[in-house]
Amino acid sequence: MNAPFAETGVAGPLAILLTAPLIGFAFGWFLERGGLGNARKLAGQFYLTDLTVFKVLFSALLTAMLGAYWLDRFGILDLRLVYLPETFVLPQAVGGVLFGAGFLVGGLCPGTSCVAAAAGKLDGLGVIGGMLLGVLAFNLSFDWIAGFYNSTALGALTLTDLLGVSRGAGVAAITLLALAGFYGAAWIERRQ
Amino acid sequence: MKKPHPYLDPYLAGVGIGAVLLTAYVVAGRGLGASGAFASVVAAGTAAVAGTAHAAAAPATAPYLVNGITSPIGDWLVLELAGVVLGGFASAWLAGRSRAAVEHGPSISGRQRMYAAVAGGVLMGFGAKLARGCTSGQALTGGALLSAGSWIFIATCFASGYLLAPLARRLWR
Repeated sequence: MNAPFAETGVAGPLAILLTAPLIGFAFGWFLERGGLGNARKLAGQFYLTDLTVFKVLFSALLTAMLGAYWLDRFGILDLRLVYLPETFVLPQAVGGVLFGAGFLVGGLCPGTSCVAAAAGKLDGLGVIGGMLLGVLAFNLSFDWIAGFYNSTALGALTLTDLLGVSRGAGVAAITLLALAGFYGAAWIERRQ
Repeated sequence: MKKPHPYLDPYLAGVGIGAVLLTAYVVAGRGLGASGAFASVVAAGTAAVAGTAHAAAAPATAPYLVNGITSPIGDWLVLELAGVVLGGFASAWLAGRSRAAVEHGPSISGRQRMYAAVAGGVLMGFGAKLARGCTSGQALTGGALLSAGSWIFIATCFASGYLLAPLARRLWR
């Protein structure tokens, strides 16, 4: 096999575009099934009364990370052709702080706000409206923040490249870290 | 009224989402996203209101516009997010969870919850633009690819949420 199909010419641009709603449908389906369309469940993560966000996020991350790693090792998927988001240290650190505050106050993130709204939750619509306003505010102030936005650019960089260790070692370390987190989550739940 | 079905085990839901993300890597050579689609919608809206020439020349909206229409990359994300809405709707409907409601903590009114939802959305919209992605595009998609910036985002996002949680207690507890 020759993956990613979009990069190796296995499928044309139109065929790839048509997979987008199917992939999105499955994503939205599993988000809703897992309870991530409910703001109170999501906010519970920050008070350790409901650990669904942590469990879903990290089991999804682990599944995709291990799958991608082994498909690459077996020569099925060329990871060098999969788009790796570029690193901008300070904008991403500050963006994360603002985003975390918004997640806490809004109780939903961009993807889950769409799921909440689709299930009839009006607060999901509120978050969607706020997101559009926030993006607009960013765009309108772009002249002032462009310097910061483009600062501390390190390009497409992985944690393992940064630390000078093999990809396999990084994958193993994150797997162990996540498993320890799952164990910790079970411990927190037993104490309640 | 029929009782809604219980939620799926979070670990099973996570493995399902991980399999979907892996499929996106294999098929499209890219992961999942949400905030990028919002940015495309805002760029398209800007082009409609302020004119295509203005939006295509402005550095904040130009990347989302090619010849006055949303770029193919934007289109992929917009179509994907449309799928998310349909998938979320189908799942909620079939589980008996579909009903109009405002989800809020016991100490605040529905109206106060709506203000908080909009305020949280504004912060997330601005933050996701600055970070070049959100929980889907950075934390999940980039995190699974070991992107250094994605892990910076994960760390600061959760640190910020936990540090501020005592201040926002009235919203949820």
